[in-house]
Amino acid sequence: MEIFEKSLEHLYLVFTATVFSVIVGVLLGIIAYRVKHLDKIILWLTDTLQTIPSLALLAFLMIFFGLGDLTLIIGLVLYSLLPITRNTYTGLKDVSPFLKDAAKGMGMSKMQRLLLVELPLSFPLIFVGIKIALVTSFSIAVLGVLIGAGGLGSIIYSGIQIQDVSMILKGAIPVTLMAIVFDIFMTFIEKRMIKKAKN
Amino acid sequence: MNTIIDFINRYYKEILHYTSRHIYLVFVSVAIGIVIAVPLGILLSRHKKIAEPVIAGISAFQTIPGLVLLGFSMMIFGIGIKPAIIVLSLYSLLPILRNTYTGLIGVDASLKDAAKGIGMTKNEILFKVELPLSVSTIISGIRISTIYIISWATLAGLIGAGGLGDLIWIGLSTYSKDYILAGTIPAALLALIVSNLLELLQKLITPKGLKVKR
Amino acid sequence: MIEFKNVTKKYGDTVILKDLSFRIKEGQFVVLIGPSGCGKTTTLRCINRLIKPNKGEILVRGKNIADINPVDLRRNIGYVIQQIGLFPNMTIEQNISLVPKLLKKSKDECIKISKDLLQLVDMSYEEYAKKYPSQLSGGQQQRIGVLRALAASPYIVLMDEPFGALDPMTRELLQDEVKKIQKKLKKTIVFVTHDMDEALRLADIIIFMDKGKIVQMATPEEMLSNPASELIEGFLGKHINNLVNLKASEFMKTKLLKVTKDKKVLESIEYMKNKEVSSVIVIDDDEKYLGTVQIEEIKKRGKAGNTIENLIKEDNFTVNINSDAKDAFNILLENSLPYVVVLNDDNKPAGIITKTSMAKAMGDKLWGDEA
Repeated sequence: MEIFEKSLEHLYLVFTATVFSVIVGVLLGIIAYRVKHLDKIILWLTDTLQTIPSLALLAFLMIFFGLGDLTLIIGLVLYSLLPITRNTYTGLKDVSPFLKDAAKGMGMSKMQRLLLVELPLSFPLIFVGIKIALVTSFSIAVLGVLIGAGGLGSIIYSGIQIQDVSMILKGAIPVTLMAIVFDIFMTFIEKRMIKKAKN
Repeated sequence: MNTIIDFINRYYKEILHYTSRHIYLVFVSVAIGIVIAVPLGILLSRHKKIAEPVIAGISAFQTIPGLVLLGFSMMIFGIGIKPAIIVLSLYSLLPILRNTYTGLIGVDASLKDAAKGIGMTKNEILFKVELPLSVSTIISGIRISTIYIISWATLAGLIGAGGLGDLIWIGLSTYSKDYILAGTIPAALLALIVSNLLELLQKLITPKGLKVKR
Repeated sequence: MIEFKNVTKKYGDTVILKDLSFRIKEGQFVVLIGPSGCGKTTTLRCINRLIKPNKGEILVRGKNIADINPVDLRRNIGYVIQQIGLFPNMTIEQNISLVPKLLKKSKDECIKISKDLLQLVDMSYEEYAKKYPSQLSGGQQQRIGVLRALAASPYIVLMDEPFGALDPMTRELLQDEVKKIQKKLKKTIVFVTHDMDEALRLADIIIFMDKGKIVQMATPEEMLSNPASELIEGFLGKHINNLVNLKASEFMKTKLLKVTKDKKVLESIEYMKNKEVSSVIVIDDDEKYLGTVQIEEIKKRGKAGNTIENLIKEDNFTVNINSDAKDAFNILLENSLPYVVVLNDDNKPAGIITKTSMAKAMGDKLWGDEA
């Protein structure tokens, strides 16, 4: 069934992009946190990327990377950087200074402190950032059709072109459903994490 | 690079035309959004029980991809500016609504009690205490909304509403780098400029008393 | 001025106020006090209708407040809360003149009101009017909170634990200021607190509440000497042990200036001038108390060469050395005397009680043991 195939394609695109944006985003967040003056630049950069209209960004990338899935993935990664990077940065910053002090006092190196104390404590907030990135990516990936990528966008677009409501729905419902399901699922995990942290 | 500059020189009038159409779409949609969402937000802050479900409902709207709603709108209302503005206005509602609501209920309860106790009417409390204290949050919501709409308005071109999306689309379908850039660069610039302007507005409008410290 | 008639308030099944009745006279400083949950704050908030009773009537100046538009009512009653509640988006002046503005007073009138009120608490208009609450300390903010409550010249001012969030020193300062202001402006004040010290310091009348009922309504002195229940005794705590059953002897100054009735006029004047006093005690040859002489009297009617015997004032108020200190206290205050003479059982002067000696002795009693 075409819908199933396209849905899987859509999932693949969103997931791949999210994985990369997590890697890059968290790294950038850590750098912003640790290197004194880079924080403002990094946050400004990621904020600017998100402000740029998504279609414009994708079209622009197409000039350099051509049509196809790769361009979409790169676009999705760039677009998802802000929530992840900003939440990583804020999460690390907000770790209680007392804990950071205790870790230092116990003789942890900066790296150990980061990996063993600060990142684990920031994880809930980073998780929220990943959630936001993932859910919004579902919607933006629909635009992939316009730059020659796969995904449910093609079904939706075809439907619009021939003015066929049922076709539009065939594309729209799966993508909306997926977005909602992941949103609920990840929110549930997020709440569990907060509960666990409180105890 | 040269071709682009040539291109812009030759077609700047057209580019301006598309840009101004784009601005028009955004402005009207956000204005409609403000007119609906702010009073609605005020209303919800007085009826907190239905606030959560209403906001959740409108929030669900946002997960529907822009292309889909634009497509539906076009089928119902035809092509052109009207269907685009209808959809864009709907999209602009959530951030403004949510921020208005959160801003208002975030006002310190003891301030509202003091205001009531010294004899202010409900309207006086709203306009002299609650709104001034929430205005920063509300403008932040308007800003987020505007950036979304600038982005979604690029798709409006697909249903004949005009705007910079048209240029991008022409560029994509004809593989023309120039057209793509002619559309994307103004769009990006527009978004960045408006975002910064609104941030500035936010700072200016915040009541002085909330900014000064001992 | 304020009258509660059989007021009852329930929230669901919980009764907060039970058939509450009392009367407050105009110009009184009334303090509502009691344990948590006794209903004191609820009672206060009934007066400006922030809370509506289920049963009973509340009359202000003879009128049932249920018949008055609540907004109008509140604009004529001052309201000060613990969290201060100054609006951070308005300047000090705008905060103070808020109610006058709502009552449509002119801009000039509002400025005058702000100036006068700021002067009451020694804050200059020029320095403070355009500042914002966040620029002031907690104590200063709460002063403005009080001024705001007074701005529309209300006849009643309600205060709900207004100084609870301030440090002890600021609290004392503000208590004094409020008492001063109240005396000056003759306002009726209803003040809620859980601090007995505060109540004793400020109140003309204390209403002690428990579980929605009045346990005792009395002046501070009455409550101190005759607490109506163990609960109140508990609240009075250290106060009660130290101040009840004190004798005049514990309050007096023993260093006395005495002259015999045979002393000559000029010598007496010389003596009083030397000692820098305006009156002395006169005794007879057996050292028994006869009365006092005032330097003014001698100057007016004394003839050089005579004794002071004719100038003795005999109708002085005296107390016995074992009498209750409270009597001396009352005599001193009620008659505005500079001092009261304390006599031994054999009528010989033992000492005098002045306001200072009284204050000193009380201070020792209250804090001397804890020093």
